[in-house]
Amino acid sequence: MANIISDETIEYVGILAKLELSDKEKEQAKKDMGSMLDYIDKLNELDTKGVEPMSHVFPVHNVFREDIVTNNDDRDNILKNAPEEKDGSFMVPKTVD
Amino acid sequence: MAKYETVIGLEVHVELATKTKIFCGCSTAFGGAPNTHTCPVCTGMPGSLPVLNKQVVEYAMAVGIATNCKITQNCKFDRKNYFYPDNPQNYQISQLYLPICRDGRVEIELEDGTKKTIGIHEIHMEEDAGKLIHDEWDDCSLVDFNRSGVPLIEIVSEPDMRSAEEVNAYLDKLRLIIQYLGASDCKLQEGSMRADVNLSVREVGSKEFGTRTEMKNLNSFKAIARAIAGERERQIDLIESGESVIQETRRWDDTKGYSYAMRSKEDAQDYRYFPEPDLVPIIISDEWLDEVKSRQPEFRYEKLERYKKEYEIPEYDAKIITESKHMADIFEDTVAICNKPKKVSNWLMVETMRLMKAHELEAEELSFSPENLAKLIELVDAGTINGNVAKEVFEKIFLDNIDPVDYVDKHGLKMDNDVDGLKVILEKIISDNPQSVEDYNNGKKKAIGFLVGQAMKETKGKANPGVINKMIQEMLDKN
Repeated sequence: MANIISDETIEYVGILAKLELSDKEKEQAKKDMGSMLDYIDKLNELDTKGVEPMSHVFPVHNVFREDIVTNNDDRDNILKNAPEEKDGSFMVPKTVD
Repeated sequence: MAKYETVIGLEVHVELATKTKIFCGCSTAFGGAPNTHTCPVCTGMPGSLPVLNKQVVEYAMAVGIATNCKITQNCKFDRKNYFYPDNPQNYQISQLYLPICRDGRVEIELEDGTKKTIGIHEIHMEEDAGKLIHDEWDDCSLVDFNRSGVPLIEIVSEPDMRSAEEVNAYLDKLRLIIQYLGASDCKLQEGSMRADVNLSVREVGSKEFGTRTEMKNLNSFKAIARAIAGERERQIDLIESGESVIQETRRWDDTKGYSYAMRSKEDAQDYRYFPEPDLVPIIISDEWLDEVKSRQPEFRYEKLERYKKEYEIPEYDAKIITESKHMADIFEDTVAICNKPKKVSNWLMVETMRLMKAHELEAEELSFSPENLAKLIELVDAGTINGNVAKEVFEKIFLDNIDPVDYVDKHGLKMDNDVDGLKVILEKIISDNPQSVEDYNNGKKKAIGFLVGQAMKETKGKANPGVINKMIQEMLDKN
């Protein structure tokens, strides 16, 4: 494997993803990420001079909606997805900047 | 002490005036009960798919054209990843790599008349987040997703501003452009226009920029001015005492008058942007671009010039009236009915302004109809009511948009033009006030004012004071 993921990197990525990994999981993740980067290196060997960057896999563009209200109040159903609810709102642990 | 210069760039978020959200058919109406304008898309449910609101693209293009930007004809959305409870998808759909507008500029004018060009780095489209309410009783926060998915454009300026005055002139310029386009109502207080201030200081003459901080939570022009002064001072103090400014996001507390750092180091701002796979690219053809260009309205500056020429009203009046698109519309619509631009301008400049101040209303909140103002002007011109009654009736129009013709009829406010009836009243007043008559005859011509006042009182203000004045004068001179 050409790409070696450091302990610091795996720690940092874990913080960003809000994941707590065991030491064993960290080792596995380091290996997986290293081989993903190796694969990208392989793609980088290709000469892409003059090729437009692709932003989507389907040859489709300009899919739009008109600005017309189509959804009614469906709060009761939407709130069924809430782990907990209160006063018509999703209830979450106290979060202040 | 070295002299310092403040360098300021602005990130301005503007909530677009669409009826529906950017990626779903939920209403954007303000003030609904929590979560009544939500669906699986704007609450980030797995498996739901966003579909772009075409009006958002057109508003963004229109603002870009009006601010002299280049329109990115091959454009797309990206994902900005972060965790926060107001962001149900754990990412915000935004634009990083190909923002819809780039490289624009607007000209601002300062108090002393100097003009300055402020560069616009880019304008991109994105979705707003939900609203968090912190519960007083339970140790929890409540999330309302009504605002989640409301379309925003973010206008990023170049670091071209040097003072709070320039910042306010720039914001005002943007506000006028966007309001004239009808793309947003741009209310700082209500949050439909929000400005984040990027500020650094450097010694005058230095070519390098200092380290900048970003300040959030600025919801009035005054708060922006105070925050700029406060942050400038804080950074100079740090530099003077040999410390360094840290690049960070700070929250301005306007009541306390200071800012504090918002995000801890552990939550480093690393958004891991990548192309949004759920949305297809936007290709803006030349035809589409031309179509949007052809729909651009007459902007403030052009209106100002036209008012001076076409309606021959003073520059000062034209400036005040065009300061708000809504007021300019009222002006033009009223003139279209009665064709008396100077009189319409007068009603707007004097009585409307006075009542707006008394009732603490913004020009955008004016709710009377041009038809009723035009009718009032006709009533005065036809001699049906006098000036004082007209002011009284206008207040009713201003507050409740009443029909002045009906109102004058119903309340018996028509001017008394019954000359014979008036004569009887005036004769009585003259005989009741010999002192005033004597004063008048002795050359104190002002004494007539008292008699006119008495006559107005007697006729309950419905007589024409000019007519009364003339009649009394004639009667006295005959004696």
